[in-house]
Amino acid sequence: MRGFFRAVWIVTRKDLLIETRTREIFFTTAFFALACVLVFAFGFVRDGRPVQDAAAGILWIAIAFSGTLALGRAFERERQGETLRALLISPIDRPALYVGKLLGILVLLAAVETLVVPLVALMFQAPLFDHAWLMLGLLAAGTLGFAAVGTLFAAMLVRARSRDVMLPVLLYPITVPVIIAGVRGTAALLLPEADEPMARAWLAMLVFFDVVFVTLALWTFEPVMTE
Amino acid sequence: MPLDFTVLRLIEVSRTFGRRRALNRVSLTLEAGTITALLGHNGAGKSTLLSIAATLLRPSGGDVRYDDLDAAAGGAALRGRIGLLGHDLYLYPELTAAENLRFFANVYALDRIEQRVGEALEAAGLTERRDDITAGFSRGMRQRLALERALIHQPRLVLLDEPFTGLDEASRGALRTRLRALRQSGAIVILTTHDRAAIADLIDSAVSLVDGRLAA
Repeated sequence: MRGFFRAVWIVTRKDLLIETRTREIFFTTAFFALACVLVFAFGFVRDGRPVQDAAAGILWIAIAFSGTLALGRAFERERQGETLRALLISPIDRPALYVGKLLGILVLLAAVETLVVPLVALMFQAPLFDHAWLMLGLLAAGTLGFAAVGTLFAAMLVRARSRDVMLPVLLYPITVPVIIAGVRGTAALLLPEADEPMARAWLAMLVFFDVVFVTLALWTFEPVMTE
Repeated sequence: MPLDFTVLRLIEVSRTFGRRRALNRVSLTLEAGTITALLGHNGAGKSTLLSIAATLLRPSGGDVRYDDLDAAAGGAALRGRIGLLGHDLYLYPELTAAENLRFFANVYALDRIEQRVGEALEAAGLTERRDDITAGFSRGMRQRLALERALIHQPRLVLLDEPFTGLDEASRGALRTRLRALRQSGAIVILTTHDRAAIADLIDSAVSLVDGRLAA
């Protein structure tokens, strides 16, 4: 087990080292997410008043769209020098490789969310920080569920010619439950009288999806990566 | 006792991609301490055969045996005894030469990592450039670094796809010396090349692939 976590850390540390050196994925993903929120703000804020319930949906759309961009770029890096093949031939357990890549993407998305959440709160006058721990739980569980499926699909598609098109086509239908749970949980917290029990119920559902998606991804990563 | 093997056997190995047959009932036996050249035109099946030997591809038919083990039984321990230099070099261009080698040394859970990295850089003639980003290296420099990356864990089975590509005469000579040392150390070396002159006095045997079949 120690070897597993050591391998996870080696892969994650490498990804973070490359990203801190280039900052390519962070800047493109953050810019895209912020642009997304700003464009929606023009459409859904009239006379300084946002459309009811818009903030929750726009927050999760920004996370999903920018997450897709980050997933594609993270694996494009492994494709350029075919380094994914070098990792697949190494003695690293394939599930450890999957978890290592997943953690790197989660760190990136967490960094992007630290910019997007305050911007949504500001533009849509949404009290996203009033129930900070619940909101944090929803964001963490939702991002994990989305990235768990996305990492698996991005790895599967790394050598496909139409990977840029195929990734969202495969990813969004499967992660719809995660996005819906994230949106409904967040919307429950943004009501004039925040509905905490409802938010907790959606959070529990997100945790359930996380367990299912991560288990399935760990189970299938090895066979799908061996051609 | 770490997993090891001294004979690689390909028994009637076939591989299809859709309707295209890349390999057709290829049988080979390769022993420790030998260098074998795989010859053939582009698309003859050489890289497919290397990928199968490297456990990256499953054969559609036939069997691959590392002594008595197959790839599934050998698992991670078997992969740890294989070194592959592909046509793509398997290097991260954003990392320095030393960081690339250190990363792969960690991946293989090696001991004395800094010493090994230093030795590998010296063998690649890149000690002076150890802290330079590899994106700025010439093809020949990256090729030398990639070779050391593939050998850093002292693999038993060494698979080299066009290892002479991009090398100048001095580097080609150094590579030939390196390959002789690998043979001396008991490695099973398989290399593909179009450059017969480079391997003329080096190899122990050569096999030709034509349309996925071994030529007589």
